[in-house]
Amino acid sequence: MIPPPAAFFILAAVLFVLGVLAFFVKKDLLTQFMAVEVMLNAGNLAFLALAKSLGKAEGQVIVLFVITVAAAEAVIGLAIIVLIFRQRKTVQTDELKDLKG
Amino acid sequence: MAWAVFLILSFLCIGSVAAMILSRNQAHNALFLVLSFSSLGGLFGLLDAPFAAAVQVLVYAGAIMVLFLFAIMMFNLRGELPVRVKKTRLAFTVGLGTILLAELLLAGRKLVLGSPGAASAAGGDTARLGHFLFSDYLYAFEITSLLILAALVGALALAGKREGS
Amino acid sequence: MLADVLIVLVKVVLTLIWTLLLALFLTWVERKESAVLQDRIGANRASVFGLRVFGLFQPFADAIKMLFKEDFAPSFSQRFLHWLAPAMSFFFVAVTMVAVPFGDAVRLFGRRIPLQVVDLNAALLFMLAMLSLGIYGILIGGWASRSRFALIGSLRGAAQLISYEVALGISLVGLIMVFPSLRLSKIVEFQGGMLFGFLPKWGIFLQPLGFAVFFLAGLAETKRTPFDMPEGESEIIGFYTEYGGLKFGLFMFTDFLEVILLSALATTLFFGGWQVPWLGAGGFVFPWGGNLKFAPWAVTVLQVLSFNLKVFFFCWLQILFRWTYPRFRYDQVMDFGWKVLVPLGVVNILATGLILAAR
Repeated sequence: MIPPPAAFFILAAVLFVLGVLAFFVKKDLLTQFMAVEVMLNAGNLAFLALAKSLGKAEGQVIVLFVITVAAAEAVIGLAIIVLIFRQRKTVQTDELKDLKG
Repeated sequence: MAWAVFLILSFLCIGSVAAMILSRNQAHNALFLVLSFSSLGGLFGLLDAPFAAAVQVLVYAGAIMVLFLFAIMMFNLRGELPVRVKKTRLAFTVGLGTILLAELLLAGRKLVLGSPGAASAAGGDTARLGHFLFSDYLYAFEITSLLILAALVGALALAGKREGS
Repeated sequence: MLADVLIVLVKVVLTLIWTLLLALFLTWVERKESAVLQDRIGANRASVFGLRVFGLFQPFADAIKMLFKEDFAPSFSQRFLHWLAPAMSFFFVAVTMVAVPFGDAVRLFGRRIPLQVVDLNAALLFMLAMLSLGIYGILIGGWASRSRFALIGSLRGAAQLISYEVALGISLVGLIMVFPSLRLSKIVEFQGGMLFGFLPKWGIFLQPLGFAVFFLAGLAETKRTPFDMPEGESEIIGFYTEYGGLKFGLFMFTDFLEVILLSALATTLFFGGWQVPWLGAGGFVFPWGGNLKFAPWAVTVLQVLSFNLKVFFFCWLQILFRWTYPRFRYDQVMDFGWKVLVPLGVVNILATGLILAAR
């Protein structure tokens, strides 16, 4: 008995919400960045569940694109975080508030 | 059988993200995420998408998270991070999360309630996926390659700078 | 149903035994081969009831020694992660062996049993994925030890492995273009054909450049001597500085498993896997005419033997490399990966594409 796509979809929704929670609860750039990755993954899972339930392969294609873009995004994001750390010696968002009006 | 695998994998996936929220050590966070992404790869496999599953493990768990761990090690961020989350903010976040979850399920209720009907062999075949990539989605594919090149150059330009130059 | 599960179980156990025994044997081969290369005699004292047989029992003596050493973890290390690291690196290499086809399918009791644990749909990608997860063993090992040297070793190791994985992946693209499948069993089947009527259609003849890139990148992935940046015995000692006893043994054993894995992959992808040149289902059919009949069981035995022989050869070759070449400098390793192997891999893809399009 294979679980229906709906089960995967519910899982994706839960995962997405957990990612959002992590993003808001955490206070350092790296973990927040990881939370964004969780959300992207939840999106991927939803795409695949839809692809399965609609019987189309397009969902998988989009997942591949999302993964590629996420890889590019992670590289740039980490480079920026490394730069911030080099200049400020911290990655805590509470201490990065120079632009506060 | 498949249900058991599904339940175990989804428990691992959700549980490790939850553990990530609770843990205060960044290296542990990253490792929890590796576990989560690997089990997601297994779930992709259950959805008849072996190629996506392999790419998920290869790229997400094997490359992106390695980069994260690498950064964490380079900063040498040891020890626990301070918790400074206000109660009101936490309550607000949880409330917002619940609303978001309800919204998502509402939006996808057709899928949730609808019959799991037309689930035929939906492109479990990697060759078919390749045809799609190189015919209908060729432009998107080429643009992704440009994007990766841009990211490569950008990362070099950003992180390659020496101190004081 | 039950029979199927049992068959898979038996195959898993057999594969594991084969791999572990071969790895043990390789520790002996490495000792002896290095001894021959350096004009020494090598380990020859271990004996069972006075029976020495060229020190063939040495691996067991080593294993017993490792087992009875104190399971030491520095007090400042992170216990759980410190234990997890060797287990992870061992597991991810060992689990990759399940996708390797040891021979063609055999008929037993009216059942068709492929001599392969699981025939995965995207086996090639599965292997690459597992290899990339193996990096965590090194990273966690260096991190959990809380030692500068270990950390430097693990950072080096992670950077090196992730770089060479790119080259490894690119080198295989050409192969996938020639043998249009990601299933290892299919790839081996394709290699049963003939080229120009006499040359076996092996990957090496179709993808010579691809094989060169694959093998060199694979050598770097095994992180043994020409590429042993993460370890660097004579300078930083590496990510297992703080490991001893069984855990260190597990790391060392993983190295040998990686050697076997690379050999098995090179054999499967580029040297026809279990195929014997000109051997079909009924026996040999030589291109110069004449044939040699064989019973089906003999054919299967020959095929499995041929697979083993090829794997042995590549293991021997890797050990030869390890004791022949001195270590690269770190920047040389990175340059070699990114500036030589990756461009060569891309050239290989382009050339393969052009030839396929021109045909």
